[in-house]
Amino acid sequence: MSERVKVKKKQSAPVAEAKAGAALPALGARGMLRWAWTQLTSMRTALFLLLLLAVAAVPGSLFPQRPANPATVTQYIKDHPDYGKLLDSVQLYDVYSSAWFSAIYLLLFISLIGCVVPRAIAHYKAMRSQPPRTPQRLSRVPEYGTLVIPSDAGIPASEAINSAAGVLRKRGYRVEVRDADGALPSLGAERGFLKEVGNLVFHTSLIGVLVSVAIGGLFGYSGQRILVEGDTFVNTLVGYDQFNPGTNFQSSQLQPYSLQLDKFNITFDRESKGKFGQPIDFAATVTTKENPDAPAKQEILKVNDPVTLGGTSIYLTGNGYAPVVTIRDGNGNVAMQGPVVAKLQGQNYYSSVVIKVPDAKPDQLGFAGFFLPTAFVTEQGVSFSADPELFNPQLSLNSYYGDLGLDAGSPQNVFELDIKKLTPLNARNLPTKGITLTPGATYTLPDGKGTISFDGVKRYIGVDIHHNPGQVSALVFALIAVAGLILSLYVNRRRAWVRTGTADDGRTMVEYGLLARGEDHRLAGEAAALRKLLSEEWQLAAEGTGPSQQTPSPTGHNVAGSADNAPGSVTTPAGPAGPEKDQ
Amino acid sequence: MPFGINETMGQYSELFMLLAAGTYTVAFIAFAWDLAKSSKALRAVDLKAAQAVSAARVPVAAGSAGSRLAGPADRAERPSSSSKAGPGAGGAATADGDMKYAAERRVPARVAVALTVLAAAIHGAGVVTRAVGAGRVPWGNMYEFLTTGAFLVAVVFLLSLVRRDLRFLGTFVVGLVIIMLVAASVAFWTPVGHLVPALQSYWLVIHVSIAVLSSALFTLTFAMSALQLVQSHRQKTVAAGGTDKLGFMRLVPSALSLENLSYRINAIAFIGWTFTLMFGAIWAEKAWGRFWGWDTKEVWTFVIWVVYAGYLHARATRGWTGTRAAWLSIVGYLCVIFNFTIVNTFFNGLHSYSGL
Ligand code: HEM
Repeated sequence: MSERVKVKKKQSAPVAEAKAGAALPALGARGMLRWAWTQLTSMRTALFLLLLLAVAAVPGSLFPQRPANPATVTQYIKDHPDYGKLLDSVQLYDVYSSAWFSAIYLLLFISLIGCVVPRAIAHYKAMRSQPPRTPQRLSRVPEYGTLVIPSDAGIPASEAINSAAGVLRKRGYRVEVRDADGALPSLGAERGFLKEVGNLVFHTSLIGVLVSVAIGGLFGYSGQRILVEGDTFVNTLVGYDQFNPGTNFQSSQLQPYSLQLDKFNITFDRESKGKFGQPIDFAATVTTKENPDAPAKQEILKVNDPVTLGGTSIYLTGNGYAPVVTIRDGNGNVAMQGPVVAKLQGQNYYSSVVIKVPDAKPDQLGFAGFFLPTAFVTEQGVSFSADPELFNPQLSLNSYYGDLGLDAGSPQNVFELDIKKLTPLNARNLPTKGITLTPGATYTLPDGKGTISFDGVKRYIGVDIHHNPGQVSALVFALIAVAGLILSLYVNRRRAWVRTGTADDGRTMVEYGLLARGEDHRLAGEAAALRKLLSEEWQLAAEGTGPSQQTPSPTGHNVAGSADNAPGSVTTPAGPAGPEKDQ
Repeated sequence: MPFGINETMGQYSELFMLLAAGTYTVAFIAFAWDLAKSSKALRAVDLKAAQAVSAARVPVAAGSAGSRLAGPADRAERPSSSSKAGPGAGGAATADGDMKYAAERRVPARVAVALTVLAAAIHGAGVVTRAVGAGRVPWGNMYEFLTTGAFLVAVVFLLSLVRRDLRFLGTFVVGLVIIMLVAASVAFWTPVGHLVPALQSYWLVIHVSIAVLSSALFTLTFAMSALQLVQSHRQKTVAAGGTDKLGFMRLVPSALSLENLSYRINAIAFIGWTFTLMFGAIWAEKAWGRFWGWDTKEVWTFVIWVVYAGYLHARATRGWTGTRAAWLSIVGYLCVIFNFTIVNTFFNGLHSYSGL
């Protein structure tokens, strides 16, 4: 990295000058491009873009987002006529697919590529080149020490350097011995190439994660379906209540499996005071078939425990009650019979009910009201649900007749009754009052418009069905990224040198030095460990002193021939020990 | 549900939490006393040293025994790995650059640590009885996140004391623990109860424990970065010949040492947060069918991750080390707090488990 940075610096200086001198045209298009590229791939820009990304992500948590909650967004715009539309025009309801958010992360990833590729090349070269030459004054590197092999040990300088090389190799260093038979043989060693590899792998894998997410968006799909006990879902487009295809979705992707809801059980908390009556377990018993001819299989679908079928996963995301009703029309015929999905509104499954009977003759019928599993009426006449279970189920409805507005063909919300063209039959403020039904009861509508019976209650579940072809590879890339991250943060890149020489009295003098590239708080420990290993190698008595102690050779001889060993003259922290990758 | 609820245990737990908070408060006072006392002692030492120096007019010799003497003005440089950062400019510090224990005994500090150990033990009992009372892991709502999180902060701090002399952080860390406990009992109190089905997953154990642990580490680095800013300001003032108004900061290592250590802890915490994010995504896939959906909680977890990634980058960017990096670390922690308090209580998303 450092090499590249230096080169860059040289280029950008004149460029900057040129720019300052308003001599822009002289630069030419290529110069401009190169300048822009240099800027974009600089570490400073990466940092800036990262922080910008963090800031840009925030509004998505402040405003309702379309992909998650389209209805809330519509409502929000309605509620804020002054600035609701304005926010929409700057894509604040679609932050994560907005032009500006995309621009930031795309720039970041372009910068990332521009950063990773040259660094990978540089690192590849570094890995193949020899360790750096032995510095003249070894004592200047941050961790420095000397050892003395007594003359009677019979280890000459050349042998010492070779055994030192062996020690370092065993410790994972790549070693080059220089001038082995000369007067001052030395070695250069380097280790920790995995640090940079880890860093490169980390950054590259982030691209992998991004691409995987994109693939999921292109080829994935998701949908929702509500299933009342007894209902069967078949995985075809018409089987879904709501379907969100990816951009490149083809309906042939759907495997026609089926899933039937046999039974849905809820366990409620009957123990703790604060949470009494809260659901603590949901379990749906379902019968699945991989395709129409496959054998049926019974499975349990729970929250946090999806069923996987035909390349999709099916999740339990909602539930509620579905009162079963039978409605006869004015002609006495059964116009509707079956469960009606009640939408949760409040505590203890207090739910709203809308029933539309387009087949009723002579007039279409509509009902709207509430379903209460355990109905309870206060003295003020306010009814609420006292418990989530069916201790006292009750339907209270208003009724209407007229035109439901369904014939126009435009889609309608099944949970809303449009009463514009309807005439009320029953309502609390009418003499007819509202309809209140308990299971088994039947109510006859005024004016001979028909009857409604409350036959019983079933449960329903809401399921989300998802297919995301990118998610496995996203996970794999994320795991690789973490592995790279750990390597990058915990492998230390270090250089070590050893130089040996023979003193006048025949002793073999050894000096060694260590240098870290980048952050390395364990360099001193490494120096101590090497000292210990070398001492053991040559069977030197442990000197009992600290690791990288600056021991000048007792005789005043200095192997390296430099008199640079006096304590106090060590001015390392700046010098060559300085950071080598600070850009 | 596997286990029943035991309300008595829940009450014991609350009693333990109360006792722990009380003990922490005494420990806090002891830590503060230590700061005050040591800073006085250090001032005396400094004074003597200054007199000796001016008498002898020895040139400044770094490296030798002179760790008493002004270290290099260490700002603006990217801290090199092995630079043994000198003590805070302007003289002695009881914690040296490597934050190893000094020979000298600090009685109030020892008392404070002993009290913190005691408090943490009681606190631990509170966490365990809560778990037993609820029959599950004790992190299913805000009250539990906070009490367990505070316990982890205390434990991580005490564990780091085994290796390093970080007692100068005591007031800060114990103070935060007390705040967390008080907030838990006052603002987020929830009786023992079962988990909502959405939380019934082994991912709760994995994802949340790592999140709480990383947050505990971020808490430590937040304290260090804040001290770093103060120390760096003080060092600059002293270096420019100004008077040292923040005497107690003598006990605190140099800004550079603080930066280096908090970097190392932040690196661990960042890996932890990366796992939090990933495990959260895996869990989201299991629970809601998509591994990422920009739910408010997801957004903020992402923002925190990116801010700390920015911090790591800053540490490698010229001109962004030191004070700026410290600010990023602080901003990251503010996001952690925001994510925990505001997002959990005021934003509605799929993660509405605050239990309130
Ligand atoms: C998607 C956006 C990015 C993220 C999330 C990210 C994240 C990180 C993280 C967490 C680290 C610290 C761990 C390590 O050393 O491996 C790091 C280091 C680094 N990143 Fe990035 N990065 C991003 C983009 C970039 C870009 C665009 C560049 C180049 C301009 C870049 C250059 C570097 C370098 C040189 C390091 C090493 C720093 C050191 O040695 O301490 N990164 N990045």
